[in-house]
Parts: sequence; C-alpha cells; structure tokens
Amino acid sequence: MSDIKYILGSFGDPDEMMHGIEKLQENNISIHDVYTPMPIHGIEAKLGIKRSRIDIAAFCFGITGTCCAFALIYFCAVIDWRVNIGGKPSFALPDFIPIMFELTVLFCAFGMVLTYYASTHLFPGRAPRVMDLRATDDRFVIAVDAKDNLEHTVIDGLLKDAGALEIKYNERKYISYE
Amino acid sequence: MSGHNESILREPLITGDNITYAKITDDILGPVENKPNKAWWIGFTFASLGALLWVVAVSYTFWNGIGAWGLNKTVGWAWDITGFVWWVGIGHAGTLISAVLLLFRQNWRNSINRSAEAMTIFAVICAATYVVSHMGRPWLAYWVLPLPNQFGSLWVNFNSPLVWDMFAISTYFSVSLLFWYTGLLPDIATIRDRAVGTRRKIYSIFSFGWSGSVKTWQRFEAVSLILAGISTPLVLSVHTIVSMDFATSVIPGWHTTIFPPYFVAGAIFSGFAMVLTLLLVARKVLGLENYITMFHIESMNKIIILTGSIVGVAYLTEFFIAWYSGSEYEQYAFINRSTGPYWWAYWMMMTCNVISPQLLWFKKIRLSIRATWILSIVVNVGMWFERFVIIVTSLHRDYIPSSWAMFYPTWVDVSVFVGSIGLFFTLFLLFLRVLPSIAIAEVKLLLKTASEQAKMKQIKEGHENKEYVAEYVESLEKFDSVKQEDYAKI
Repeated sequence: MSDIKYILGSFGDPDEMMHGIEKLQENNISIHDVYTPMPIHGIEAKLGIKRSRIDIAAFCFGITGTCCAFALIYFCAVIDWRVNIGGKPSFALPDFIPIMFELTVLFCAFGMVLTYYASTHLFPGRAPRVMDLRATDDRFVIAVDAKDNLEHTVIDGLLKDAGALEIKYNERKYISYE
Repeated sequence: MSGHNESILREPLITGDNITYAKITDDILGPVENKPNKAWWIGFTFASLGALLWVVAVSYTFWNGIGAWGLNKTVGWAWDITGFVWWVGIGHAGTLISAVLLLFRQNWRNSINRSAEAMTIFAVICAATYVVSHMGRPWLAYWVLPLPNQFGSLWVNFNSPLVWDMFAISTYFSVSLLFWYTGLLPDIATIRDRAVGTRRKIYSIFSFGWSGSVKTWQRFEAVSLILAGISTPLVLSVHTIVSMDFATSVIPGWHTTIFPPYFVAGAIFSGFAMVLTLLLVARKVLGLENYITMFHIESMNKIIILTGSIVGVAYLTEFFIAWYSGSEYEQYAFINRSTGPYWWAYWMMMTCNVISPQLLWFKKIRLSIRATWILSIVVNVGMWFERFVIIVTSLHRDYIPSSWAMFYPTWVDVSVFVGSIGLFFTLFLLFLRVLPSIAIAEVKLLLKTASEQAKMKQIKEGHENKEYVAEYVESLEKFDSVKQEDYAKI
C-alpha cells in the first residue's frame, strides 16, 4: 500500500466530477489537484483557489508600454533631434497617440502572457507533468495525495459513489516521465 | 459551467447524436493524426506551386529592384499596396472572431476561432512581405525602426502614419500570434497525450508542458479574456492606421475623414468572406459538419451583409462629400473614378461589394453553401478592386495633365500577387495537417449546454414550452447535419 503516491478518480462527466469534489470535501479529504480537458467554471471557488491576479500584472505592463512609448518619442522627436516640419511644434501629442497605444498593447500582451507562462511553469520543452493521459482528452481527473489521506478504501468508495468511471493508484507522481 | 440548461430557443452549436468528449477529440484530430487524403494533396500541390512562384517573383524584385513592377512616375503605388491592404484586411476577421466575439460571449465563435486566427497570421505574413519588398532596398528594412542617427538615418518621423503603421502591423502580428499560440497549448497537449514516439516528443516540446490543472485553466481564462480585451481596440486601430496612410495625405480621393471606419468595416467584410471561403471547403473535406454548422455559416453571412452595407454607405458618402465639398479637384477625382479610364474597376468594386452581398438577405442564398462560397470569393475580388481603385485611380491623373498615366502590371506584379495567394494556402493547408483546426477545449465547453443532443434531452424531459420547441425544431430545418426524422416523433 505504501508505494501508492496518488489516487486518481477519473470521471467522464464534469458535473459528476464536481459532485466527487464535494463528497471528498465533506469527508475532510484534501484534494491535490484536478486535471480537466477544458476549463470548469466554478471549480476555483469550490477548491478555495484565489482569484488570479494576472489582470494587475497586465495593467502594470500596459502602463509601462505607454510610458516607454511616450519617453521614446519625446526623446527622439523633441529632445534629441527636432525636425522642423513647416514650423509646426515638435511636441505634437496627438501624433504620439497611435504608437503609445500600440506599445501599450504590445507590452501588456507579452508581459501578461510571459507572466502566465512563468507562474504556471510553461515553457518550450518542459517535461509534461501528467497523471492521467486521458485528462487532456475525455476524462476529468481528481487527484488525491495518498500519503496525506490514508483511508484509501474510503476515498475509493466516495469517488465511485460520485460516478467515477475508473480509480487509479499511481505509484509515480507523473506517469509522463520516461 | 453546465448543470443548467441553455434556452431551447437558441440554435444548437454542435449537431449530431452520440457526441461525446472523446468523439470531439477524435473528429477534430482526424486530419492531424491520419495521413492526408487526395483532396489535401491536390490542394497542397497547387498551393505550393503558387508559393514557389511567389518566391521567384519576390526574389526577382529584390534582385532587380522595384523597377521590375509596372510602376511609373505618376503611379508610384499600385499592386503592392493594394495587395498589402487586401491581406491586412483579410487578417482582421480572425481577431474579430477570437476577441470581439469573445467579449460579446458569442459562443458560436468557439468552433471557428482557431482557423480564423491561423488565417489572420498567414494573411499578415503575406501583407508584411509586400511591405518589405516595396521598400526597394529590403536589406535596409530596419531603417523603419527608431534607430539612433549614427545608423545613417535620422530618427524615424513619428508624425508619419507610415511609422505608426510599422508599429501597428508588427504589434498586431505578434499579439495575434501570441493569442493564437496560447489558445493552442491545451490542444497541443491533447495531441501529445495521444501520440507515441517522436511525434509525442515534438508535440511535448510545443505543448510547453501543459497539464490542465485547475490553476492553469483559471489563469488561462483570465489571460484569454484580457488578451481579447486588448486585441479588440488593437484590431480596430490597425486598419484605422492603415487608412491613415492615405487619409493624412493631400491627394484628392485619399484625403477623406471617413477612411478609418470605412476601412475597418471593409476589413471585417473581406475577412469574413475569406473565413467562409476556407471553412466551407474545410468542413466538407475534413468532415466537420457537426461543429461548423449552418448556423455558423448563416451568422457569418449576416456579418457580411452588415459590413458590406457599411462599405456601401461609405462609397456613397464619399461621392456625396466630394460633391458637397465644392472642391473641384475632389469632384474630378470621383468623377474620374467612376467614368474615367478605370471605370471598369470602379464598377467591379461597386457590383462585388455593394450589390452582391445584398443577395444574402434572401434566406435561400444565405443558407446555400454553394452560393455562399461563390459570394465569398466575389466579395474578396471586390475588396481587391476597392483598394486598387482607391490607390491607382487617385494617383494616375495628378495635377499636371502632361504627367497623366495608366498603370500596367508586369509579370512580376501578377506573380507576386498570385504567389502570395499560393503562400497563404500553403501555410493554411500545412496548419490543417499539424494543428487542430478547431479549438478542441472550447468546443467541449459547449457539449453539455449548446449541443443538439443536450437540447433534444431537454425536449424529451417535457418541461419546455410547446411553442418554443416548435420554433426550435423549425430553426433546425436549415441544418444540413440534422436528421429531421428524429424530431418528427416528438
């Protein structure tokens, strides 16, 4: 029994999986994580996951872009090398707006997505940490840490009651490692 | 998510019975996991020949300079900028579908956004090559960047819309690519977990180690929404700035304040037409009728009517304002456009863009795949002529009648254009082979609420209003992928 690291409840239906989460929580069994092939709305609240703060990061990156664009244009066109275009003012703010806008979007998009990749540990070539290969296809998988929750038969029963199609006992954390 | 039903009055977004999560994956990954069929090979052969022509023509231009094109002293911009604006415009539908429709919670976008975004990226690639090759000295293309004066040029002129355009197009391309790729990660992971051997290793690298855990999805959704939020003004800004390349000049026929909204509407118009051109064929060849349904096609046709009508109003407004301005140069430019030596191009544009989309008011035409496909091509022919008319007819008769000229394309002009279409289709066909053409995860979201079988279950449970059910069943008549017999019983 001691070799088992994770117990996986593999569901075929997201609603049944949500039911499974409730069942486990009623019995004070902590859930390691849930792997699904699509986003499940309302699951964060159920698992007590806080709201993502990525929007704050996005705003900061965006405003940085605006400032950088303004600083660049102001430096080039007003400070460093004024070009006399028919005697018009060098500091022509309306003309700065398109580039300021574009760089706001550029910085915001790249900053936010790279923050997302970093915080979620996504990068090219990262070894996938997969517990059940069907969790990206048609199965909704609840993973329970077997070391922290020792009543394996109870967990098994609860998951089955909730409608799990399959219960797996993984001896390795991630089966995707060679 | 599910748990509650969607109104029966809404048309289903996924048809067919016995659709399961596994079947969605199988259906969509069919073309990726199996050997390509004959239709694909035929298409690919023609497309890659076109792409080869493009390589030859662009190389020829690089080697000999833009003297290889039919430009002359009077008409200094012709097929190059026509092609550029045409391709950028086509690109707009992808972002519109993926961003604007996401903000408006239009769930029908879920099954068409992936290929539309791919199309955006390929179209912008085609557009960008025009920008580079029309520079004449493409090896100095980096001069458009704001580089210090020691590089041999002054700082770029930040008052110039051409510089804004450089920023707009490059931001648009890179942000679209980012949006598209981030959305692809879960689907690449799906392919990875089903594949074996080398294939698995390759997809594993490109999946960035996606696991599908709760937090990954939670942040993914936040990121998608914010990307949609910033892409919406971005897509509008891009064609606005493209139109400013013309609108801020003092050329009669270009110096027009309605250009930004008029160009944006035109861009969406041509983009949706191109999405239809591609998807009507793809859905048939790849057997995706259950996911890209007649409802999707009809919705896109409705957007084409709307944007086509906006474009039509813009054409008439331009004409009216030319008369109302009292400026004889402006008036001449427009009279010359419609009755001068390029009258045929003008009337081609009017017929294809203003008259032909109005045919889509007829339900029969809107729901006929063949008619829609032909009209989608007609629209893009018209949109090409629109840009040609704006660019060439405004230039060819300038201020001194002695320098009036006509534009005659050379074989290089024609080859660059035809070749760019080949390049576009080559990239699109390759995309269909290696990546899922429909966003798998997003379509799975619709299965329990917006699918035909879910609605059928709702009806069978018997709690629905009879009139509503009758209306729903009637709305199913247009679907070519729904079996009417199933509804006769209930």
